[in-house]
Amino acid sequence: MIIGIPREIAQNERRVAATPTLVAKIIKLGAEVIVEAGAGEGAQLLDGAYAETGARIVADAATLWAEADVVLKVRAPMLRADGKHEADLIKEGAHLISFVWPAQNKALLEQLAERKVTLLAMDMMPRITRAQKMDALSAMANVVGYRAVVEAAAQFGRFFPGQITAAGKVKPAQVMIIGAGVAGLAAIAAARSLGAVVRAFDTRPAVREQVQSLGARFLEFRFDESGEGEGGYAKQMSDAYLAAEQTLIAENAKEVDIIVSTAVIPGADAPKLITSGAVVSMRPGSVIIDLAAEQGGNCALTERDKVVERFGVKIVGYTDLASRMANQSSELYATVVYNLLEEIWSADKKAIALDLGDEVHRHVLVLHNGELTWPPPKPRPPSHAPRPEKKPVVVAAAPPPPRSNAAGLAVGVILATLLATAGLFAPADFLAHLTVFLLACVVGWHVVWNVSPALHTPLMSVTNAISGIILVGGVLLLRVGGLGATTMLAGAAILLAMINVAGGFLVTSRMLKMFRRAPGAKEAAPAHGGHK
Amino acid sequence: MLVSTQSLVYIASALLFILSLRGLSTQESARRGNTLGIVGMALALLVTCVALTREGADHPAAMPAAYAILAAAIGVGTLVGAVLAARVAMTSMPELVAVLHSFVGASAVLVGMASYLEPGQPRSVVHEIEVFAGVFIGALTFTGSIIAYFKLRGSLGGKPLLLPGRHLINAAMVAACIYLGVLFTGAEAPAGLTYLLIMTGISAVLGVHLVMAIGGGDMPVVVSLLNSYSGWAAAASGFMLSNDLLIITGALVGSSGAILSYIMCKAMNRSIWNVVFGGFGAAPSGGSKAAKTEPAGKVTEANVEQVAQLLLGARSVIVVPGYGMAVAQAQHPTKTLTEGLEARGIEVRYAIHPVAGRLPGHMNVLLAEASVSYDIVKEMDEINADFEKTDVVLIIGANDIVNPSALTDVDSPIYGMPVLEAWKAARVVMLKRGMAAGYAGVDNAICYNDNTLMLFGDAKKSIQALASRLAADDKAG
Repeated sequence: MIIGIPREIAQNERRVAATPTLVAKIIKLGAEVIVEAGAGEGAQLLDGAYAETGARIVADAATLWAEADVVLKVRAPMLRADGKHEADLIKEGAHLISFVWPAQNKALLEQLAERKVTLLAMDMMPRITRAQKMDALSAMANVVGYRAVVEAAAQFGRFFPGQITAAGKVKPAQVMIIGAGVAGLAAIAAARSLGAVVRAFDTRPAVREQVQSLGARFLEFRFDESGEGEGGYAKQMSDAYLAAEQTLIAENAKEVDIIVSTAVIPGADAPKLITSGAVVSMRPGSVIIDLAAEQGGNCALTERDKVVERFGVKIVGYTDLASRMANQSSELYATVVYNLLEEIWSADKKAIALDLGDEVHRHVLVLHNGELTWPPPKPRPPSHAPRPEKKPVVVAAAPPPPRSNAAGLAVGVILATLLATAGLFAPADFLAHLTVFLLACVVGWHVVWNVSPALHTPLMSVTNAISGIILVGGVLLLRVGGLGATTMLAGAAILLAMINVAGGFLVTSRMLKMFRRAPGAKEAAPAHGGHK
Repeated sequence: MLVSTQSLVYIASALLFILSLRGLSTQESARRGNTLGIVGMALALLVTCVALTREGADHPAAMPAAYAILAAAIGVGTLVGAVLAARVAMTSMPELVAVLHSFVGASAVLVGMASYLEPGQPRSVVHEIEVFAGVFIGALTFTGSIIAYFKLRGSLGGKPLLLPGRHLINAAMVAACIYLGVLFTGAEAPAGLTYLLIMTGISAVLGVHLVMAIGGGDMPVVVSLLNSYSGWAAAASGFMLSNDLLIITGALVGSSGAILSYIMCKAMNRSIWNVVFGGFGAAPSGGSKAAKTEPAGKVTEANVEQVAQLLLGARSVIVVPGYGMAVAQAQHPTKTLTEGLEARGIEVRYAIHPVAGRLPGHMNVLLAEASVSYDIVKEMDEINADFEKTDVVLIIGANDIVNPSALTDVDSPIYGMPVLEAWKAARVVMLKRGMAAGYAGVDNAICYNDNTLMLFGDAKKSIQALASRLAADDKAG
């Protein structure tokens, strides 16, 4: 198979889909690689470096598109300066791996379908553990978040870190990050490492821990709607909700010097979180970096691809932040693309072999030999709180066996039958006891569910001690008096049960004394999450 | 008047027990929970003794003997219990818990017998069924716990004993017990004792057989399951004595044990029935036995110096303790070692797998004994995602719980069990006595990874050596 790396033609696009290092790895898979001349120039990757790895440099794009069986790209195919569309240049039946955004690019899909193309969209990668190494969006978001802070620092006329110098005291810059996805978290980390004081806002309460772990303050926002959408992304919220968000952001805008806004919702316009009013209230010289500029911007005053100054505040609407670090982002993008290629590569056939039963293959596949396979079947819901950085841990194992409702029903029927039988034949006081028994089971069930795993052993030794309550039975039986069989047996029962009672309680208190927290630890942060 | 006071106190006791269990669910309230339990128990015992004096009032002559028995039993029992509790090493907690379960079982058998033999009580079929069921569960719990105790002590091997047709044997024994039960309820009071005794014997054998068939790796589940059984035994005694306090407490303990078992089973991706009826790993480990004798690759051995250098160069370290740490009593040196690392600004955390050790929460207790702050002791869900950002993982005597085959190898008997993904860290150091397989009898692929270093030897000695190497570094620097 011939794998082709064309030069990106989009304006301001400086990335390339494969670096020389990754080209070498692709060749190792057993493929032939052709690279369009100057493909890596924008990312400081020269043709010579590609040639050294064994790739063939092709002088013009038309040749490359005509020859390649697999094309690796960054941007979706688009109209070229010479009037030809890249989608028309592609060889019939070829594979194309790139960002696609199928929801926004329906016309492109039709064009590619005519060419019987198999189209794999990097932006459709499912957010599961196994696919993390192929997650181009996260890889790019990481670069963008970092770069956003660097851009902000460049536009901001002051220090980020606080300093006390002979020339006076400098207060640290106050930075607010809106949206704690991968880009937001990367921005927090970058701003923190420059010495700024960082606060962050996100509609998903689950990301609080991640925000705090990076040393930022998490802005509390209470509203009865969770922002957690499908597959770990944020979802769109109601108007009232948006208004509440705007208010919170406006309040904080007065206090901060820098806002980095990263709130985007897949397939929709970005929410207008920063109102004009909020911009007005900011100190002159403040900077807003709007990473949602491509989707219309989080700020009402953002202009795409421009830096504008409004009410003394610089608003940066760059959409090419990843390209502004083209070398780094090419390396990361090339790596994830290679990882996908390796995933779908058949070593025997030395060619791409898709397995439609595989969740990853199925999910990224948008066109299969020209047939539309998008949208993919719904992803499995995240197994717990989504973590943009550390994805939900969905273990790539066999699906859990379905819960057998039939068995539960059978048990229920048997229990009901037994109860009915008991009700018909047993004396009334037995039924009273049975009621108590069943209720106590339910109480026990509820009381114990939330036990922290660290306390399993103490819990067990306490229940052990408590089950020594059977000694009450022994004591009651002593009422017979004398030294007969009953009293002797009862005495022995009491003795054994008492060992349990004393031993259980004492060993528990001994254990619990040992459980302690380090002296410096503050706040009653429970060292457990319970079993969810 | 007195009777209603007694009932009220029983209700208070039952509530105290509920609050006690509730308190035990978080660290902050755990000690209060234990105290509430003690208060509840003291109240119940006191009011029962008062009730005894009242009931004995109509035959005062016979009572002094009963009081003497009571005092002796309580005195000796308390003393033995206190000594046991004070002397037990934290590493032997599983054994203590198991043996305490057996006492409840035995107690239930004795109470059942005594209740049956109690003269002058009206007989009813319901009462006899209750006696029979109570003794059955009690005997099963008793012998089952004894076997668990010996297995945990290591006196009996961890290998499951798998008789051919063991499910049939079990079913036959249960059927025999039911049949004896029918005979028993039909018989007159003293004559039925024979049936009761035979049934006790069969049930005892059943308990032995059930637990013998369970592999050592499943011991956390078995221990909590026996905990549950001991609760049901107490509840059954409550039924036969018409005592609601016993019923409530038994039900509480029973369901709490059942939940713990369920949690453990989930942590091992096993069905509860699989554990109850034993024989886990029989078929798969038989098949893979040939494979397991042949190590799957080459391991990289390291010495103390290399590991010390590795630790000194790390920024973050996660310690994964397993049963081996308990066996080697290495928790204290481990604490010293990690303290030394923390003093250098290295981030240290502990990752605890839900079934690490031989008892639910075993590792937590040991680390608490060594005064490791519980803030840095994390459970699997909390920490699994962090391994890939970690420089060094120190695996101390753990095996199956860090085995990547559980996620990748469909043929592995532990396939599908969630594990600590230690292999994702930059470097893994595995402390092991030798290349023996883990309790599940499965070879561990993590040993053969390129980023895994093996440090063979007694875990305690190795860690002490590491700790003193660090201390030496302190003096030098």
